[in-house]
Amino acid sequence: MRRILAILLENEPGSLSRIVGLFSQRAFNIESLTVAPTEDASLSRITITTIGDDRVLEQIVKQVNKLIDVIKITDLTERSHVEREIILLKVLAMNDKSRTEVKRITDIFRGSIVDIGKQIYTVELTGDADKINAFITTLSHETEIIESVRSGTVGIARGEKALRI
Amino acid sequence: MTKQLFTGAEMVVKALSALEVKYIFGYPGGTVLDIYDAIFQQDQFEHILVRHEQAATHMADGYARATGDVGVVLATSGPGATNCITGIATAYMDSIPMVVLSGQVPTNLIGDDAFQETDIVGCSRPIVKHSFNCRSLEDIPNIIAKAFYIAKSGRPGPVVVELPKDILIPDNKGEFHIETDVQLRSYNPTKKGHPKQIKKAVKTITEAKQLVVYSGGGIVLSDASELLTELVEKLNAPCTNTLMGLGGISGTHENFIGMLGMHGSLEANKAMANADVILALGARFDDRVTNNVKKFCPNATIVHVDIDPTSISKTINAHIPIVGLVDRVIKQLLAELEHINYAPEPDKQDAWWQQINQWRAQKSVSYQQGEGKIKPQRVVEAMYDITQGEAYVCSDVGQHQMFAAQYYPFAKPRQWINSGGLGTMGFGLPAAMGVKLAFPESHVICITGDGSIQMNIQELSTCLQYKLPVVIISLNNRSLGMVRQWQDMIYGGRHASSYMESLPDFVKLAESYGHVGIQINHLEELDEKLTQAFAIKNRLVFVDVLVDELEHVYPMQIRHGKIDDMWIKKGVKA
Repeated sequence: MRRILAILLENEPGSLSRIVGLFSQRAFNIESLTVAPTEDASLSRITITTIGDDRVLEQIVKQVNKLIDVIKITDLTERSHVEREIILLKVLAMNDKSRTEVKRITDIFRGSIVDIGKQIYTVELTGDADKINAFITTLSHETEIIESVRSGTVGIARGEKALRI
Repeated sequence: MTKQLFTGAEMVVKALSALEVKYIFGYPGGTVLDIYDAIFQQDQFEHILVRHEQAATHMADGYARATGDVGVVLATSGPGATNCITGIATAYMDSIPMVVLSGQVPTNLIGDDAFQETDIVGCSRPIVKHSFNCRSLEDIPNIIAKAFYIAKSGRPGPVVVELPKDILIPDNKGEFHIETDVQLRSYNPTKKGHPKQIKKAVKTITEAKQLVVYSGGGIVLSDASELLTELVEKLNAPCTNTLMGLGGISGTHENFIGMLGMHGSLEANKAMANADVILALGARFDDRVTNNVKKFCPNATIVHVDIDPTSISKTINAHIPIVGLVDRVIKQLLAELEHINYAPEPDKQDAWWQQINQWRAQKSVSYQQGEGKIKPQRVVEAMYDITQGEAYVCSDVGQHQMFAAQYYPFAKPRQWINSGGLGTMGFGLPAAMGVKLAFPESHVICITGDGSIQMNIQELSTCLQYKLPVVIISLNNRSLGMVRQWQDMIYGGRHASSYMESLPDFVKLAESYGHVGIQINHLEELDEKLTQAFAIKNRLVFVDVLVDELEHVYPMQIRHGKIDDMWIKKGVKA
């Protein structure tokens, strides 16, 4: 089962490598990982999407929590939450037909075209993983995808619950 | 008045003094020469110069295991630091408090593949509790204080501190501040067990018909052996120890049913297999205990007490998990038993004890000496008799380790010092040296074999320099006994690389290092010569005992089987 884990940890040199090292050392899976400092620069927030059954997930949560740098970890998928990912794609837009199609599909998915070259459009889309996957599939039917980059999922719990010190 | 300023190297020394360090084990080299210079000019603690950094880590480890204090290591960058890796991993697997201070090339050279540069924090990451890169000299004291706090608190473990040379040299100075009462917002290990879980546990334990107390290294680490004994007596329960937990309850206590696991006693493994409730205290259901986890004690309700939440339900699902320091939790359990006025009902327990005594009567931990070659077990028994069971026994890894665990019943915790988790050959001698340093008046034995002893034999030189008269007892079977046993049992008797064809003359070798060497070749001379060896108080004695090379360690679990599927002796199943 796919899980989204949110981790709050000290923004210290090496703290990210401890997380990544732990996952490889214990043969846990990382589907995606994002990391950046929070509004409090002494803290970093990591979002990891992983796949595992309840037993594996329990170990992941405990093992991550055991790292000295980690302040909190929570499984966002346990309850209602918002998740988002951003994708940037370069697609071939050589003729009117493909330009129109790319524009149309991007509009339908509420993405935007952020750069235009002679033969290439660069498209941006935000959404959850399903929406992004659907967008990629649809686009690839109409034109050739030259390059793409996904940010990996970020997530936050709905409602009052907050991941903070 | 101008403030007093110190170099980084002086701060290291001042911090270690503030933390009441008595010994530090290490080896000098380019990046740590400033620290060595500062150590040379102080008399708060003593530096022990080893002959190889791995031995420094094991010495610090042995010292820590025997005293409960943090073992401290100092190594230079590059090879000095990488030589510490095995010792760090050894301490990590057995949860031993240790701080390793490693030099590093100057900050401006880091990443340039400078001479003797290694990313030791990176190298050691999977085998440390935590690590620090020091980047400014003002941070040194508090980073060292944090390293000590982290190493010792919660589930103990090794911590690596990397110190680049540019923050140690005399050119740079700063003010010294140290906060020894460390608080970390991201690290607050649980201490007390959850009261509701305690009540649940007590209800389950007191309703059990066939209870077993299974205790591990956590009892030793948290000095909870008196509490464990009190609990076992209060419940009148059988108690088994893991290899790491030996001495947690006295080896001669009537409720003690021996070590469990791969080479545990039949009664211990049978009791576990037949238990309706298992109370696990500071033990982690290691694979050398459980045998096949899928077949592990299917009928038992498991109460698992451990300081480390990751140990709980990692390999075996716990029905009643309790996270907390095991000494605190036992106190809580005892208080709850008191609260409900618990008294064991002999009638209810009789059947269980009768069953256990029947298993005991099979004397699974036994051997036949006969007239011929000296049996290794016989040497351990002689060693026990001569030292009246009071020695510190520091073991290497292999058959001798198992024989010592089986045939030297430890009365107290911290008496038995061995690399249980990592199984590090070469651990025994340096560990014994660390123990001897801490307890110079006690008998300190290094029980070893002809394979293991050669993995850190160079430390015989350190023993002479610091006058560390440990008694080395080498059960010399001219082969890697445990490897050979597996080859006999599993690999059709093909002894691939398990035969040591070019052993040195250990007596001469000991003598050349300035020690006493004794060889024992015949059964008749065993007791007398061993007694002589222990009578020599101020010199190291290397006792090379030629034992029966065909002896196997029994009992032994049958691979992939249940916990109590065992070979009792060659070709005989329980």
